[in-house]
Amino acid sequence: MTTPATAPLRIVYFAWVRERIGHAEETVAPPPHVVTVADLVAWLAARDDASAHALARPEVIRTAIDQRHVRQDAVIAGAREIAFFPPVTGG
Amino acid sequence: MIRVQHDDFDVGAEVKVLSAGRTDIGAIVTFTGTVRGEAGGHALRSMTLEHYPGMTEAELSRIEAEAHTRWPLQATLVVHRIGELLPGDNIVLVVAASAHRHAAFEAASFLMDFLKSKAPFWKKETGLDGAGRWVDARDADETALARWQQA
Repeated sequence: MTTPATAPLRIVYFAWVRERIGHAEETVAPPPHVVTVADLVAWLAARDDASAHALARPEVIRTAIDQRHVRQDAVIAGAREIAFFPPVTGG
Repeated sequence: MIRVQHDDFDVGAEVKVLSAGRTDIGAIVTFTGTVRGEAGGHALRSMTLEHYPGMTEAELSRIEAEAHTRWPLQATLVVHRIGELLPGDNIVLVVAASAHRHAAFEAASFLMDFLKSKAPFWKKETGLDGAGRWVDARDADETALARWQQA
């Protein structure tokens, strides 16, 4: 039996990303080759049609790790919660 | 101070609380954002504000703290509403108080520019026909930040 390289990770979605994925949150256990945010987006998108549709254009997906904005090349090691959402439109 | 709430706010009452008993404030600038009744030539029935609980407050606090490092401010307040709002309703209030007007004007503008491009809120418009549409981010909001990143 192998030990997962990454601890279970809570993923949360907002706005149209949430609507397209079909749920607001989930817990995942990415394989060891998933190192950066971009890797995680690609891995999630490959799972099913809804995820592929929601994450089809990574350039318009914004990401936060533990409630701080990060770029797509950010390393996810140590993250407890990762959020995916469209560019913000408050104010 | 930062607040995220469903309820409406009263600009006059907020300013009164913020400045009560203080004699070190010489300038108070307030900005209020409200819901327009149309978008892209189509009439709106309502506007629904979604946010990221926890990160919203954290991000607004970071933006507010940054404003205090840039200008001599006596007090600041950001109130942002969430949930379903109707045309004419208040969305957001920013108040900046300083000894002099320049810092208060600049800080209020800075707080709004950063809020619009960093705080995790999303607007969904509902038309008169009941169809919902997520509002697209404007490039101008991103461009507005450049002004504060120079120097």
